[in-house]
Amino acid sequence: MDAELLRVTGLTRYYGNRVGCRDVSFSLWPGEVLAIVGESGSGKSTLLSLLSGHLMPTRGEVSYRDRDGRWLSLAELSEADRRRLQRTDLGVVHQNPRDGLRMRVSAGGNIGERLMALGQRHYGRIRGSGLDWMERVELDPGRIDEHPSAFSGGMQQRLQIARNLVTSPRLVFMDEPTSGLDVSVQARLLDLLRHLVSSLGLAVVLVTHDLAVARILAHRMMVMRGGEVVETGLSDQVLDDPCHPYTQLLVSSILQA
Amino acid sequence: MSIPMISIRSLAKTFVLHTQGGTCIRAFDGVDLDVAAGECIALHGPSGAGKSSLLRSIYANYRPSAGSVVISHDGDGVDMTSALPRTILDVRRRSLGYVSQFLRVIPRVSCLDLVAERLTAMGVGLDEARDRAGRMLARLNIPERLWSLAPATFSGGEQQRINIARGFIRDYPILLLDEPTASLDGENRTTVVAMILEAKKRGAAVVGIFHDDDVRGRVADRCLQLNRPE
Repeated sequence: MDAELLRVTGLTRYYGNRVGCRDVSFSLWPGEVLAIVGESGSGKSTLLSLLSGHLMPTRGEVSYRDRDGRWLSLAELSEADRRRLQRTDLGVVHQNPRDGLRMRVSAGGNIGERLMALGQRHYGRIRGSGLDWMERVELDPGRIDEHPSAFSGGMQQRLQIARNLVTSPRLVFMDEPTSGLDVSVQARLLDLLRHLVSSLGLAVVLVTHDLAVARILAHRMMVMRGGEVVETGLSDQVLDDPCHPYTQLLVSSILQA
Repeated sequence: MSIPMISIRSLAKTFVLHTQGGTCIRAFDGVDLDVAAGECIALHGPSGAGKSSLLRSIYANYRPSAGSVVISHDGDGVDMTSALPRTILDVRRRSLGYVSQFLRVIPRVSCLDLVAERLTAMGVGLDEARDRAGRMLARLNIPERLWSLAPATFSGGEQQRINIARGFIRDYPILLLDEPTASLDGENRTTVVAMILEAKKRGAAVVGIFHDDDVRGRVADRCLQLNRPE
């Protein structure tokens, strides 16, 4: 079998005396979508920041296997190497598209930015990628010169996704990517994400409090409470046969499908 | 003696309902079963005897409390009760088809694509996959004008036939069928019986729940009797 992409062992982060997350271990393989579910304050976002290298752990390790098959420890990389990795191999889709987009730059500029950061200078080619990616996320390429503020929330979210995927990352972190959207827009985005993830073979760590979203998008699920993982399994196992008291409470209170 | 496609030993499932005072519900226990290629086993027993729970445990949708479920996969045996999640998904994708009672799918995806995606996931090209999906839907009397629609608004019988199409579009070596004919009319029931018999003929091992005595009599080689545990 092929090798893992991400290996997480004993990952722990304290904020002073308070636990952000504690003793989280798991592996992620290429093409796998892992959902992290739990209520607010359960440690989901802390974990996501640790995994994406935006926050340093108190203990434990996040290792990432690069395109040459070398294992890199995220904490041991130099700042410059970590940033390069974040621009090439990793992506982050924020809940609020305003956190992930440059609102004063055109849609095309938003998509092209990561390409330019990687050294591409050919204007026509960057614009070509912009047009191509607008189409792939179902945005009208004719609006490439408009600013994101002229777009609806759902369109902004799709632009943010294009901006991340343009450099063909291998691992994308998504923080509640659909929760700020209307239900109908949400369904369309879910369908788009599902299609992109499977056609690009992306690995995804998805933070969500919406169990229905997790069921649709994620192969596996980790349930967190109070900073710790209380249950893991295939998404359908965790949702149809929850074993931990907290998961049972969560499933019986939220899921209506 | 050929190697069984499914081999179940001492399988038990107890649900512990923590939100309801820790009540324990025993779905089934002590189940042993071997299913050979080309054989069809009917799970039989009263309502609440654990038939669907057993089927879901074979599929590793439910996680059994004890025992083993070994599935023949790529010539090896995979114990679904202890396999890695990604191994379970691989077994499901290539070896183990499951037709559930209810259709649970993504909103907005057309029923043609819901069926075709079972083929594209295996590397079949989109055009060929849609073509074969269309023929399968036609055989199950789903009119062509519905193919481009998402099945959320379909009748129960139509949704069930989409489910059946998804289960039979590929030649899964093993098929699990949860009341596949429950909401079908006579003509469609006959089609589904024919499809089950064809699957057996090509060597599929089948485990199913069939409430209709006539259907069960025509497809099943033997019955596994389940009774409500004390």
